[in-house]
Amino acid sequence: MSPAAGPQIASLASQIADSVALSAGRIASAGVAPSDTGSTGEAVVFWIVAPIIVLAAFGMISARKAMHSAMLIAIVMVGLAIFYITLEAAFLGIVQVVVYTGAIMMLFLFVIMLIGVDASDSRIETIRGQRAAAITAGLGLGVLLVTIAGRVLFSDFTGMAAATPEGNVPAIANAIFERHVWAFEIVAVLLITAAVGAIVLTHRERMFARPSQRELSERRFASGSGVEASPLPNSGVFARHNAVDTPGLLPDGSVAEDSLSKVLVARGTYRTSGEAAHDIEKLGIEDPGAQARGGVEEEGEPASDEDRRDTGVDEPLSDVRHETGTDRTPTDESGDDETGGER
Amino acid sequence: MSPTAYLVLATLLFTIGGVGVLIRRNALIAFMSVELMLNACNLAFVTFARLHGDINGQIMAFFVMVVAAAEVVVGLAIIVMIFRTRRSASVDDASLLKL
Repeated sequence: MSPAAGPQIASLASQIADSVALSAGRIASAGVAPSDTGSTGEAVVFWIVAPIIVLAAFGMISARKAMHSAMLIAIVMVGLAIFYITLEAAFLGIVQVVVYTGAIMMLFLFVIMLIGVDASDSRIETIRGQRAAAITAGLGLGVLLVTIAGRVLFSDFTGMAAATPEGNVPAIANAIFERHVWAFEIVAVLLITAAVGAIVLTHRERMFARPSQRELSERRFASGSGVEASPLPNSGVFARHNAVDTPGLLPDGSVAEDSLSKVLVARGTYRTSGEAAHDIEKLGIEDPGAQARGGVEEEGEPASDEDRRDTGVDEPLSDVRHETGTDRTPTDESGDDETGGER
Repeated sequence: MSPTAYLVLATLLFTIGGVGVLIRRNALIAFMSVELMLNACNLAFVTFARLHGDINGQIMAFFVMVVAAAEVVVGLAIIVMIFRTRRSASVDDASLLKL
């Protein structure tokens, strides 16, 4: 950047900020005196944005998933930026959007994605009655603070016009770089320290060499049974549905838990094979395979004993078999068992 | 508009943030609640700056923002590090004062 470009950009930025401040001031003053309280425009902005902010804040603390909370708090940040501009702090309003909704919320979103899909909260209380106590204390604090803020008789807004004769940004620049320059320097050091700290905290030395694909493969074969040597089963292949969120069934009719993606299990967005079968029946789609195999229906019947045996298996997904047993017609069962038998 | 409306809003947001810190187990959401409390303070700062016609309130809000940014960077780094060792982002799991 050339030496002349810096001041030009700075003056351009201050012009933009001033025009924003001016329009905000126009909204606020609506043609009344310079100290512009009781203007309807500002009241309209306040009573539209304030309920949105409060609702979003409530949603933020009650949303189950961290991602929803992040989205809702972004709404709060934008609303506060609007208030800053209304309150004749145009520079802070723009910094609020750039820093909070731009940088900090992005950081939050990245960390939520890094930490993963099970970032939702458990509703179990570790300390008994803690939630009720916290809400009671919060209500008490809220009532106290709101009462204090509501009972104090404030004079009307003085307005920033006298304090910022050249506009908002030059006044802030003067204050930061003259009166508060020492604090500014310390804050700069703090920011650098924070950046270095984040790098140091998240940096991880690798203690062992990363295992190569060949080593991983050899380890799988060396582990014994030979089951691990084969690829994981596909989802839904032996069930009646081939979607990835439906678990496959093993030849003996039990649920192949390995066939589901771990991510889907963590999210809880998988469907049991019984549900998938139920959906297909609701759609009224005839299973062509079952019709073609209609002749061997009696043959498949004895295999249902094995099904009943499988229901006893105590596994997270094993309840699928119960549903399957109740939902499906005997034709479907024989069809599936026969498919298993073919394998 | 009287300053009271803005101040009541700021206190409401502060209270909501405080309750959020107390009731949520997820470290990220507790952290967002802390951010909400900081923002509520900023709103009060800016309101008082306009009330008194003094730019220093806005300067304080500006410094609060900078400190909040630094705090978020370090805090999120700590959360990521705890998650790496404990596989959990719950504040209850990090109860041993060690990693």
